[in-house]
Amino acid sequence: MKASTFKRHVTDSFRSLKRNGGMSVAAIVSVTVTLLLVGIFLALIFNVNHVSREVENDVRVRVMIDQKTTKTQRNDLRDELQAMADVSSVTYSSRQQELDKVVGSYGSAFQMFGGDSNPLNDVFIVKTKTPQATEKVAKAAKKLAHVSEANYGGANARNLFRATDSLRQWGLGFSILLLLVAVFLISNTVRITILSRQTEIGIMRLVGATNSYIRWPFLLEGAWTGLFGAIIPIIIVDIGYAVLYGASAKTFASAGYALLSPGSLLFGMDLLLAVIGIVIGAVGAAISMGRFLKI
Amino acid sequence: MIRMVDVSKVYDNKVTALENVNVEIAQGDFVYVVGPSGAGKSTFIKLLYRELRATSGLIMIDDFDLTQLKDREVPFLRRKIGVVFQDFKLLSRLTVAENIAYAMEVIETDPEEIKQRVTQVLAEVGLTGKAARFPNELSGGEQQRVAIARAITNNPHILIADEPTGNLDPNTSEEIMALLEKINAKGTTVIMATHNDQLVNSHVHRLLEINNGDIVRDEKEGTYANEG
Ligand SMILES: Nc1ncnc2c1ncn2[C@@H]1O[C@H](COP(=O)(O)OP(=O)(O)OP(=O)(O)O)[C@@H](O)[C@H]1O
Ligand SMILES: [Mg+2]
Repeated sequence: MKASTFKRHVTDSFRSLKRNGGMSVAAIVSVTVTLLLVGIFLALIFNVNHVSREVENDVRVRVMIDQKTTKTQRNDLRDELQAMADVSSVTYSSRQQELDKVVGSYGSAFQMFGGDSNPLNDVFIVKTKTPQATEKVAKAAKKLAHVSEANYGGANARNLFRATDSLRQWGLGFSILLLLVAVFLISNTVRITILSRQTEIGIMRLVGATNSYIRWPFLLEGAWTGLFGAIIPIIIVDIGYAVLYGASAKTFASAGYALLSPGSLLFGMDLLLAVIGIVIGAVGAAISMGRFLKI
Repeated sequence: MIRMVDVSKVYDNKVTALENVNVEIAQGDFVYVVGPSGAGKSTFIKLLYRELRATSGLIMIDDFDLTQLKDREVPFLRRKIGVVFQDFKLLSRLTVAENIAYAMEVIETDPEEIKQRVTQVLAEVGLTGKAARFPNELSGGEQQRVAIARAITNNPHILIADEPTGNLDPNTSEEIMALLEKINAKGTTVIMATHNDQLVNSHVHRLLEINNGDIVRDEKEGTYANEG
């Protein structure tokens, strides 16, 4: 297609957008609402996947030590853990050090648990040679004397997945519903454009315009609607995520994990939202063209 | 060169508008298509630019076999055929020049070339100086000139006109007729469906008379008395 032709299609599609006024705005708003939800949903899913993967690759097993264990017993336990085939290292962290971590990430309100009221256990942080070995080591550790509990990352990952599972399903279902509404609204504005331009379409055919030439302005009108609808969601998701990331970084860092950084997530997300917008616009336009643009 | 062999057109409602029409029109001919209302003149015209498909028979226009022509090939046939109507079919939001340019834009002619060609065609139809006017600022005759300019701007081999003078007074009709003859003199085939027996009889050309879906008369220099 020639540049001059494309320019004409663009002008044409903007004229239609303007002429459809309120209808266009309604369609754009619908895309905006939809993509806002889709954006939040995607940011969540991407992070859940990311953190889950991090957790799954985690080689640490937290072995909690019974509160009344003596120092000697503790050292014996350390030796037993160290002796396991899959274990590469064992580090001790006292209940006070554990509390300091909690205070560091959740704030000084937890300081009141200091001293004797500290509900936490002393722990051994056991590192295994492979992430796959964590489950085995945790099970074996649990059977040892003076061990109250042994947790490993894989279990956390499974819990995280389970906790967000229904959220994901509902989010997906709701997003699809909203996407359909947006497609419907866009197809409606394009339908109105097609019907109001019957004379012109007739003349185009008469003077030998190809079908694709005739279709372009309608396709563009739909695509713009989708793209314009993506602008506000992109801005809100970008700013919102950056703020959230800054606020939560400490919490996650203390647990040894990190959310996706805004830099690594947002560029792809922005692009994805824009593409989804354009695609639902184009699909909406295509539906109306199929039904009302008899060629 | 246009050739119709045993062409019939039956509409969806079972009305047979044309039945076993056989006709040949050489390049450069000027042909009237006459006959009473409902005879099938517009149907005949519409078959030529593939607005309608023949129900049976063969239609050839230049190298195009219209009975085999696929929908997506129709635009390329249309570029060889100019069509004008009784109601002009101009776009009211566009100026005269833009209306003419439109026909070249949709087939992606070079913008520079479009500009030159518009000036040239406006002169040809006698509308120099009216380029910036809008259709509703023109007389009926002038609007029909714009429509004709648009129809010939891509240098079609054939110009088809369905009652081009239907909305015009006798003087203006004469002018339009003179314009069509001028275009014909340059080698373009002109096919004109009309009720205007005055024109037919004063500007004598080949005459096809259709009645009830049949070609009942085909005379090289025919005259006609319009009964209605
Ligand atoms: N789209 C259509 N569907 C069904 N029947 C049609 C259609 N168009 C035309 N007809 C019928 O076909 C016949 C021929 O119509 P056509 O329009 O070709 O006549 P015409 O000679 O152009 O008449 P007029 O001089 O009034 O313009 C008429 O009986 C008409 O009712
Ligand atoms: Mg007619």
